[in-house]
Amino acid sequence: MDIDLILRVYPFFLKAALVTIQLSVLTVALGLLCGSLGAAARLSRSWGLRLIGATYVSVIRGTPALIQLFILYFGGPQIGIQLDAFEAGVIGLGVNIGAYMTETIRGAIVAVDKGQTEAARTLGLSRSETMRKVILPQAARLMIRPLGVNINAQIKGTALVAAISVVELTYTAQRYIGSTYKPFEMFLLAGAIYMVIIHVTGLGVSWLDRRARIT
Amino acid sequence: MTEKPFIDIRHAAKSYGALEVLKDISLQVQKGQIVAIIGPSGSGKSTLLRAINDLDPLTSGEVWLEDMLVNKPLSPRQYERHINQMRQQIGMVFQHFNLFPHLTVRGNITLAPKMLKKLSDAEANALAERQLAHVGMLDRIDYYPSQLSGGQKQRVAIARALAMEPKVMLFDEVTSALDPELVEEVNLAMKKLAEEHMTMIIVTHEMGFAQDVCDRVLFMDQGVVVEEGPPEVIFRAPKHERTRNFLRKHLQGNAQ
Repeated sequence: MDIDLILRVYPFFLKAALVTIQLSVLTVALGLLCGSLGAAARLSRSWGLRLIGATYVSVIRGTPALIQLFILYFGGPQIGIQLDAFEAGVIGLGVNIGAYMTETIRGAIVAVDKGQTEAARTLGLSRSETMRKVILPQAARLMIRPLGVNINAQIKGTALVAAISVVELTYTAQRYIGSTYKPFEMFLLAGAIYMVIIHVTGLGVSWLDRRARIT
Repeated sequence: MTEKPFIDIRHAAKSYGALEVLKDISLQVQKGQIVAIIGPSGSGKSTLLRAINDLDPLTSGEVWLEDMLVNKPLSPRQYERHINQMRQQIGMVFQHFNLFPHLTVRGNITLAPKMLKKLSDAEANALAERQLAHVGMLDRIDYYPSQLSGGQKQRVAIARALAMEPKVMLFDEVTSALDPELVEEVNLAMKKLAEEHMTMIIVTHEMGFAQDVCDRVLFMDQGVVVEEGPPEVIFRAPKHERTRNFLRKHLQGNAQ
């Protein structure tokens, strides 16, 4: 193993890792937004919204994220959607993880004991007051860990945008392989950096989960 | 009946498909009256109780509170506003407490008064303290539900319901989930309410409590009221075979 090479190139990898982190933060933010809207649609009283929510989830989860990215980035211009690679990456992956988060958020809301709704409604709280004051504060705690799983998957999922040539960690590794012919070292280095990002994020999620636990 | 009934249930019926849970039940409760509903599980007693605040809507029939129809047929939007108004006047306590675990005892009690009656923090706090003192739980005001015993939780649940100053209180097997040694403290809180002439409808398995506290006892079985009357008659000299069978089994069960 060529340690010298690793020591020489790692600053460039760290710079690329910043792009990966940026992609992760933006896609997770967009994913949370899509997930919240998706969950609201799936739990709506209107069958039209429920249908839209269910369609979103089944279409996105039923197709490879890579195909979704390709449709958006390569197919987009054909129907008048012009995005640069980074934008396409954020939107494509954000909408993708949003479908998984829809199910996570919906699951947490549904998991709150039915007696909670009954007690709140019995006191005279409306459906929306019950949701805001009683159900969501409890569901929020329940969804921290499973959302952490979605986020973990999403960070690793950002590697897919290398396929549309966003210069992030995986793409950078590929580029350096082209000039050094050392795939073992380059992918190992990229992998190690992913692991650090994932680990730190995991610690953050655990910390949040502990803090939010009901005493 | 001379006085106009406070609660008037008229021809209440409920079915799930072919299964009839309530069969044409009518029941009048006077203001200040305390009514116990007893009967085997599956007899429809909880369903009847939960129909009073429309938590389990009836298939047909009417529930009146004073001169207001609780289960008024309205458009969904109007119904939502109407039923929230009605429910503020009908307190309910559940078998499994259903306290809000993310709020302290204080938060549990002040939530609805603050949101619905627009009480200030100070007013809501004073109200919480008063209601908690009433059930002997004032010293636990800043605890979370998970830090309380079952009996304490249930007393807080009673205080929470009372904080909305309801006209009637519904109790759905409120001591059934408690360890035997914790039943008495909850019974005491209810007795105190009874002495203050709160109108109460109590679904219970506790024959002793029904006998001590209630003005009237209804025995339900298979969706009908088989027999009703003052406790001394229902418990000492029931007319119906089904009532006798039920009481025999139940009193034996309790003695063991």
